Amino acid sequence: MSDPSVITSSEAPNTDVPTDPGGPLKTDKPRSLAGDAWRDLRRNWIFWAASVLVLIILLMAIWPTLFTSADPRSCALSRQYDGPSGSAYFGYNFQGCDTFARTIHGARASIQIAVVATLLSGLIALVIGMSSGYFGRWVDAILSRFIDVVLGIPFLLAAIVLAKRLSADPQNNGVWAVTVTLGVLGWTTAARIMRSSVISAKNQDYVAAARMLGAGPGRLMLRHILPNSAAPFVVVLTILLGINIASEATLSFLGVGLKGNAISWGISIAEASPYVRTAAAPLVWPSVFLAVTVLAFIMLGDAIRDAFDPKLR
Amino acid sequence: MFRYFVRRLLQMVLTFFGATFIVYALMFANQDDPLQALAGERPLPENQRQALTELYHLNEPFIVQYGYYMQGLLTGDFGRSLTGRQIGDMMADAWPVTIKLALMAIVIGATFAVTTGVISGIRRGGPFDTSTLVFTLVLLALPIVVLAPLAQLIFGIKFQWFPATAGRDATFFQLLLPAIVLGSLVVATELRVTRASVAENLRSDYVRTARAKGLSRRRVIGVHVLRNSLIPVVTLIGVDLGGLMSGAIVTEGVFNIPGVGFNLFRGIRTEDGPLVVGFVSILTIVFLVSNLIVDLLYAALDPRIRYE
Repeated sequence: MSDPSVITSSEAPNTDVPTDPGGPLKTDKPRSLAGDAWRDLRRNWIFWAASVLVLIILLMAIWPTLFTSADPRSCALSRQYDGPSGSAYFGYNFQGCDTFARTIHGARASIQIAVVATLLSGLIALVIGMSSGYFGRWVDAILSRFIDVVLGIPFLLAAIVLAKRLSADPQNNGVWAVTVTLGVLGWTTAARIMRSSVISAKNQDYVAAARMLGAGPGRLMLRHILPNSAAPFVVVLTILLGINIASEATLSFLGVGLKGNAISWGISIAEASPYVRTAAAPLVWPSVFLAVTVLAFIMLGDAIRDAFDPKLR
Repeated sequence: MFRYFVRRLLQMVLTFFGATFIVYALMFANQDDPLQALAGERPLPENQRQALTELYHLNEPFIVQYGYYMQGLLTGDFGRSLTGRQIGDMMADAWPVTIKLALMAIVIGATFAVTTGVISGIRRGGPFDTSTLVFTLVLLALPIVVLAPLAQLIFGIKFQWFPATAGRDATFFQLLLPAIVLGSLVVATELRVTRASVAENLRSDYVRTARAKGLSRRRVIGVHVLRNSLIPVVTLIGVDLGGLMSGAIVTEGVFNIPGVGFNLFRGIRTEDGPLVVGFVSILTIVFLVSNLIVDLLYAALDPRIRYE
């Protein structure tokens, strides 16, 4: 929910600040990297397509009744595998539930888990990557080895074990278990990127200048280094958001993710997949929605990264 | 090179202990009453409880339990699944078909990715290049949980080009569709890396020199460019092994292939804790060792890379 807004808001000040003094005067002042990136992005149709898709999906997650008035939990076996109709666009599934309603309502669990898990990963990556890059020496040595260890564990295998452990209590529907699992395991790439961009940012002149003016480590990190190393970090998190949506579906499909009466795309796919010979629609539609959502986030991240990568110009 | 090897080996040992410790701690620490879980709903007599406690070292402190578990792992004793079979035996049964599937997937994926990547790297910016980029984007967005059931539905059931499931003693043809599905996991990244490094190498000085010497275009691209462009692709195969492993769990589950992933898939479904931990531990070791091999291969392939 908040992640795309993080991107736009972190972009907006970046673009406004450098163009503001230059804008009204119309001088040929050299533009900043962020300003250049925004000019590139504005002309990139992939960026706009992805943004529109992301907005629609977010709307679907926040306000599902806007798209469907059917109750995804009112199921009747008498309607099992009934074909598409005016009231149920995608027909009914094995349990006689409205496939369209379940697909629309499935967005919420997927997006909520992915967003919270990504924020959690981002926080861990920020703390670890930043302290590792800023303090260097033994802090860096220990934290880098720690990142190596976590990176050495195959992601899905660890996620299976962790999610299974966290959701051992049959009472809960696994939302928090999956969120924590994805958050705790997904931060490594972002931390490495944060670390390397902090290392390259901390030797810049403006950091030395701020330090000479008496700024402490906290102020240096948050006010000077962070804003200048945030772009690649945000890009990685956007892509991670897409990956997390896919991972949640995978875990739910395997049976260690969401369960009980939770509705999500992964659960719908898992439920429909054994009966695919009888009816394909309950499998196809959640799959399509899942794939399009992941695609939208990856495209968004890709477009922003391309805009920020000066090597591609 | 030797120093790098030693350092890399030490790092792997550290990762190995860290990873197995995390897996073990997650799975077995602070369990309520594992013995009751083992017994199911039947009441457990006191003397049996004591015997089982002794057998599984449940009265020892956690770190000692981890020691026993490591001892088992290192001596090849992976414990028993809840159905009573030796996990080592199940693993030995399941390996051949999984290795066959993974090799097919890697070969199919890498062949396709390298060929297409080279062509689109040469014709950078052309229509072929653009369509491959779109194609990789779509592939990246298709998680294996979407790809495997959909491929089964479309090519196995609707068109019936391939068998929809493969059982025990699967033939090459039965494994072909699952291998393509699994292989497509690695296609997108490998293709993009090949394309980028071909495009970069085409601009390099040694290519200009080779052209100036009058070598044919075929030889310049086939020998000079390709050899240097494949180096990063080799490392990717190591990274991809983790993805292939998790992909195999879903793919083998969907296509009913009785390999390692299928056993793990079933173990999760039937809540077979020891089986899951045993398989995960073994797969982690495989992952670490193969990553080590790929890293060393990378160092040997590219003498430009200096390791202190």
